[in-house]
Amino acid sequence: MAALRSSASLLLGAASRPALRASAAVPAAVRGMAQVSDGQQQNMTASGDKPKLKTFQIYRWNPDTPTEKPKMQSYTLDLNKTGPMVLDALIRIKNELDPTLTFRRSCREGICGSCAMNINGTNTLACLCRIPPEDTAEMKIYPLPHTYVVKDLVPDLTQFYKQYKSIKPYLQRDTPAPDGKEYRQSRADRKKLDGLYECILCACCSTSCPSYWWNSEEYLGPAILLQSYRWLVDSRDEKTAQRKDALNNSMSLYRCHTILNCTRTCPKGLNPGLAIAQIKKEMAF
Amino acid sequence: MISQRAGTTALRRVAGTPNAFFTANVARLGLAQSLSTTQTRPVATQKITAEDQHSILAKQRLNRPVSPHLAIYDKQQTWFGGSIWMRITGSAFSGSLYLFATAYLAAPLFGWHLESASLAASFGALPPAVKGGLKFLAAWPFTFHFLNGIRHLLFDMAIGLRRQTIVKTGWYIWGASFVGGLYLAFFL
Repeated sequence: MAALRSSASLLLGAASRPALRASAAVPAAVRGMAQVSDGQQQNMTASGDKPKLKTFQIYRWNPDTPTEKPKMQSYTLDLNKTGPMVLDALIRIKNELDPTLTFRRSCREGICGSCAMNINGTNTLACLCRIPPEDTAEMKIYPLPHTYVVKDLVPDLTQFYKQYKSIKPYLQRDTPAPDGKEYRQSRADRKKLDGLYECILCACCSTSCPSYWWNSEEYLGPAILLQSYRWLVDSRDEKTAQRKDALNNSMSLYRCHTILNCTRTCPKGLNPGLAIAQIKKEMAF
Repeated sequence: MISQRAGTTALRRVAGTPNAFFTANVARLGLAQSLSTTQTRPVATQKITAEDQHSILAKQRLNRPVSPHLAIYDKQQTWFGGSIWMRITGSAFSGSLYLFATAYLAAPLFGWHLESASLAASFGALPPAVKGGLKFLAAWPFTFHFLNGIRHLLFDMAIGLRRQTIVKTGWYIWGASFVGGLYLAFFL
């Protein structure tokens, strides 16, 4: 693929160019990665496939020039040469059009939560978000809403992680296991954790919540509350009362007004809104 | 990268063997240094206290812009969300109650006529379309607040929180509140 080839040569070029400038007689070191679809790609263009152009508008802000206002920058790609997901497009833009474009990414399969961003108005993971193939409308890509921007699409999640730490997201237990080996759990109790433990803390839900936008200093937000609930329902945890007590104030939990943007946006299909409703129910009865 | 590394190890292996020609060549090319496998990172880390961390972060945040939110988020969820309209309709009702009650209290001082009889008479004198319109202005917020209130009570019991249900009931309430409001305004 063209994208692959140029990225490989870019990487290798940066690493080895100064040493190789003296002589180009070391071809072994210049050889890039295997290029599986290279021939296929050429065939496609040769057979006269119409280029499917798509424009991406991407939020840009550079910390090196902090006085300059954030702006939207357009990039146009041929979708025939781009992978199906938004992350593929971003990587291709970074490789071929503009190496200064900055975003977080890692696993490209929706398990790390790095590439969380606002795509066409809703928060999602770029790696799980398809580029609508038939739709020629521009795609707008912003960082997660109402976060401090570190650069371009990279938000500052310090506060988010601090809040996660504040709920003590680990098993708290004083009594030893009856058999001295492990803390056992019934099948039914284990089942209660389904839909909770899968959360990857990508912050899509928290930053989709207007209540979290206005009160992120004190309100925990849907992602952290989902995790709170995960430890509240865990049958092995013995500090349930203390955990509930920590939530029992006007801000931590009760800034949730069941707007439910969280449930609608979760890229993993989890339900933070339901988890929060369950906490509220447990606190009330 | 892997192929590059394989290439360098191969070169080094060759360089390790007593081949005077090749090693001399490598040295001449200035490659020997860049072929080293031990990585050096000229970055030193230092420990800082929590307060320092906080002050550094605060300083950085002064420069950082806040990413756009209400303006760019899906309009259907922010502007037509049940929650915000619950608040708007509720505030409209309580606001108008306070307004009317205060006006009623002040009416004798200013000589206003806000008694039920005079209000009913002046309202009755309006043309039917205006009458209906005014009634709708009060009826729609009422039906919306009422129906959405029931939905919120169900939410509090953790009912109807599936993703599809949320989207659907949201639209149903808009439709039902308009129909209900029109009924209350024009057919009652």
